[in-house]
Amino acid sequence: MMPFWAQKVGVPRTLAVEFPFGQTLGRAHDAAQQMRVLRQSLNVLAKVNTPGEIVHSDETWPQPLEEAQKIWQPSEPSPIIAELAPRIREILRERRRGKAE
Amino acid sequence: MPVDSFKYLPRLIAMFYQTTTREPELPIPWTPLPRPVDECTFGLVTSGGLYHRGSEPAFDIERERKEPTWGDPTFRTIPTNVDLHEIHISHLHINQAMVLEDINVLLPLDRMRELMAAEEIGGVAEYAYSFMGFQGYPPDASAWRETYGPQVAERFLSEGVHCVLLTPA
Repeated sequence: MMPFWAQKVGVPRTLAVEFPFGQTLGRAHDAAQQMRVLRQSLNVLAKVNTPGEIVHSDETWPQPLEEAQKIWQPSEPSPIIAELAPRIREILRERRRGKAE
Repeated sequence: MPVDSFKYLPRLIAMFYQTTTREPELPIPWTPLPRPVDECTFGLVTSGGLYHRGSEPAFDIERERKEPTWGDPTFRTIPTNVDLHEIHISHLHINQAMVLEDINVLLPLDRMRELMAAEEIGGVAEYAYSFMGFQGYPPDASAWRETYGPQVAERFLSEGVHCVLLTPA
C-alpha cells in the first residue's frame, strides 16, 4: 500500500510496498514474491503495537522503472483524470512560473 | 529504504493525489490481536473492483464514465473457494489485464490457502469482499462508513473472523 494514503486515512497497521498499482502482492505468477509479502504482512500484524504504524517492505520490483510506470496504467486515462487534467496542468504551469520568477 | 508512494505515478496523477488535504481522524482505530496469527481466521477485502462473474454485476463503471466525479460505493461478495478464472474486474484506474493475469496479485486466495495448509494461519472466511477504491472527487467515503463498511464488518463477525487483510489496488 502507498504509505501516503495509509497516513492520510489513518490505517491501523500497514505494510508499505513499492510496487506498481494493482500489483499489491507482487508480480503475476510470482508465488514466491506474493508469499514473502503476505508473510511480511502477518509479521506486521503480530509485531506492531502502535496504531497507525507503517512498516516499509524491502521487496523490490524487478522491471525497469519506465516499464513499471507504464504497465499498471489503463489504456485510456480514467474519467476523473481526463476531466481534471487541464486544471492540474494549469496548476503545474503556475508553479513553474512561480519558481522561475 | 522508505517506500516512495509516487515512484510509479505520472506527475499529473501525483499532483492530483497531493491536492488531498485530508488528515486522519484521531484516535486511529485499534483492536489488539486477539490470539496468535496461526490461530486467526482471516477476512479478505480488496478495493480493486473485483467481482464474481455470473453471480453479481460488475461495478457501475458506466455511470462513472458519465459522471467522472462519482465512484460506486457498493461491494461485491466473492466465495474464497472460487475458481480464480470466475473472478473479473471493473476498474477504470488501473490496467485490468495485469490483474486478470493472476488474481492473486490483488486477492491472494491461492497464497492464503497455502498458508492455511502450512498452518501459518488459522483459516480464511468463506467470503471475501470487494470494493471500488475510487470514491469520487472530492472523495466521499460516507456510504462506506455508514452503510457498506458496517455490513461487511457484520458479515465477518458472523463468520468468526479475527483479522482482516485489506489489499488496495
